[in-house]
Amino acid sequence: MANPKPEELIRINHVPPKQAWMDTRPDFRPGMFCYASKAKSLEYVGMPNPRQWSVKDEDWHLPENWQEIFIEGLRERVDKYRSFRLFLDICVRCGACADKCHFYIGGGDPKNMPVLRAELLRSVYRKYCTTSGRIMGKIAGARELTIDVLKEIWYYAYQCTECRRCSLFCPYGIDTAEITILARELLNLLGLNIDWIAGPVANCYRTGNHLGLQPHTIKDSFDMFIDDLETITGIKVSPTFNRKGAEILVVIPSGSMFADPGTFTTMGELLLFHELGLDYTWSTFASEGGDFGFFTTNEMAKRLHSKIYAEAKRLKVKWILGGECGHMWRVWHQYHNTWFGPVDYLEEPVSPITGTRFENAKSNKTVHITEFTADLIKNGKLNLDPKRNDNLIVTYHDSCNTSRGMGLLEEPRFIINNVCNNFYEMPENTIREQTFCCGSGSGLNASENMEQRLRGGLPRANAVRHVHKKYGVNMLACICAIDRAVLPPLMDYWVPGVAVTGVHEMVGNALIMKGERKRTTNLRGEPLPGMEGEEDV
Amino acid sequence: MNLKDLLLEKKSSILKRWFDTIVASYPPDTSNFFKSNHNQFANPVGFTFSEVIHGLFEELLQGGDPERYFPYLNDIIKIKAVQDFSPSQSVSFLFLLKKVVREELRKELQRNQFQDELLSLESEIDALALLAFDIFMQCREKIYEIRTNEARNMMFRLLKRANLVCEIPDGNQGLGEETVLTQKIEG
Repeated sequence: MANPKPEELIRINHVPPKQAWMDTRPDFRPGMFCYASKAKSLEYVGMPNPRQWSVKDEDWHLPENWQEIFIEGLRERVDKYRSFRLFLDICVRCGACADKCHFYIGGGDPKNMPVLRAELLRSVYRKYCTTSGRIMGKIAGARELTIDVLKEIWYYAYQCTECRRCSLFCPYGIDTAEITILARELLNLLGLNIDWIAGPVANCYRTGNHLGLQPHTIKDSFDMFIDDLETITGIKVSPTFNRKGAEILVVIPSGSMFADPGTFTTMGELLLFHELGLDYTWSTFASEGGDFGFFTTNEMAKRLHSKIYAEAKRLKVKWILGGECGHMWRVWHQYHNTWFGPVDYLEEPVSPITGTRFENAKSNKTVHITEFTADLIKNGKLNLDPKRNDNLIVTYHDSCNTSRGMGLLEEPRFIINNVCNNFYEMPENTIREQTFCCGSGSGLNASENMEQRLRGGLPRANAVRHVHKKYGVNMLACICAIDRAVLPPLMDYWVPGVAVTGVHEMVGNALIMKGERKRTTNLRGEPLPGMEGEEDV
Repeated sequence: MNLKDLLLEKKSSILKRWFDTIVASYPPDTSNFFKSNHNQFANPVGFTFSEVIHGLFEELLQGGDPERYFPYLNDIIKIKAVQDFSPSQSVSFLFLLKKVVREELRKELQRNQFQDELLSLESEIDALALLAFDIFMQCREKIYEIRTNEARNMMFRLLKRANLVCEIPDGNQGLGEETVLTQKIEG
């Protein structure tokens, strides 16, 4: 081909081709998808059709009867889950959800409108599960399950973070996240998971946490925390592990044992528990609050979640205190009771410090750490110096799962307002139930899909940027391990100058402890306000 | 009347047309959404486009330091750099302004008015496109830097955890006595 002339080069057609959505093939753009699951991860947990495959390859090496497996799986789930059938049947395509998805708002791909994303699967449902669809086909919004359709369902099922913001606006109450959840479950019948989910699931099944941290590694992590805390506060905390007969089992996401800034949250919790003299233990086996099984199948979610209770039973604790994590609470709040019903070998949680009975945890016997700490503060049990956080101008990101998934809105705010002096809310339509997702939830926090994460996080970052400019906000607080892992790069791109913290890191900084030395640095080893240059006093 | 006055007079119709042309590069549902929702937080992309083209247009009319264009271009290019656009598509919205101005001023230009001024404006827009391309490259480099940092941090934590590396402590931490290097010099 001859070299194009300059005028040919600048002739760009800005208008996208007019094609019906059913006929548009997915374009797998690097940066927009996660790598395929590895065979060994699926084999380890007995998931079907394990094999090596690659997203960019034309041939996904599907089993010969893949259509039959998918359609049978769909029929089975439509029969089993009444809500699923209802969600597939009753959508009138009013569009109320269309512009509520962070991926759509940030990226503009129409197939990220929740209504259309659900329609990808709905069209297959109509074809194989309804009479009108079977007879009238396209006219009735039905389509054949071809290989391209399957690939498209895969592409977009892993472009939804199951955050449920869309469901908040649906006049029928359709939970589009549930459609994604079941779409992923169907894809898993064909071995079509992503590595970032399948790997952690296998790790969690084997070692008890997503990262594959073995007991001695967990102990080593805590030893480092203990040393650092002693340097900072002069106090040697002495956590116990797998201790039978402790009153409380504490379960946190494993990311907070390993990755900054989550580790500082764990350090804050260690200080708090020490100061209270709490009779508690950590477990090196139930060492993961999160549950990537929840992003795989219902059965896998249940299977991974059950270890926490098996361990609580083994250690004969009275109740469970859960840390700052996102989807762990969605699982606990929305699925646990359906799976297991009320737990009869644990006791209804009562705070040993305030005597408060957590009636909301009567059934699953698990208290959220912000409920626990807010209760301590409310009852005047903590000696706090919020001035130690005066270098922080804080805003709070409601994690999707704790806000929309369980209605935990006030407790974190109450704590923040008691441990720091500068707190500013982001605009109303971006917080509380209407919070925008971090863009990387539901197992999409890999590195290879960075563009996807950055565009999905755009609406959240945009609101942070607003308070950063208006009030000088420099710290984004949250109570989710995935948030703590993914918001720093998101801020780095969209709002440089804003760091990320867990709420209990700020608690740890503000907490005045009995017998502590004069603190000169915060838990990150940075000088406290007014203490610059005095680190070695 | 000079070109600047005329552009100022036709500002709202030029900006509307420019905005419409920019969002037309998205699928119809999306361009309708970008156009119709004016909430800064519900529609950050549409809002940013609108703010940016207002700002750029004002700066173009005033002329002057290219540095002043930077924040506007940065806001819009940052968005384009994570969306489904090629590099050329990402900066092409600036060239569209030339087309919009020519169409809006068709009558005046047919009368051969403002030719010199128009040429100068278009050169200015060309310069903006070059700046925009630099910003696009910065954004893409930033994305890869973020990816690399994630991997590097993870690797470093693993090495530290495995006791394979021993960091030099920050500042003079660990040194009990004051030395020539650490003493505070008064006065």
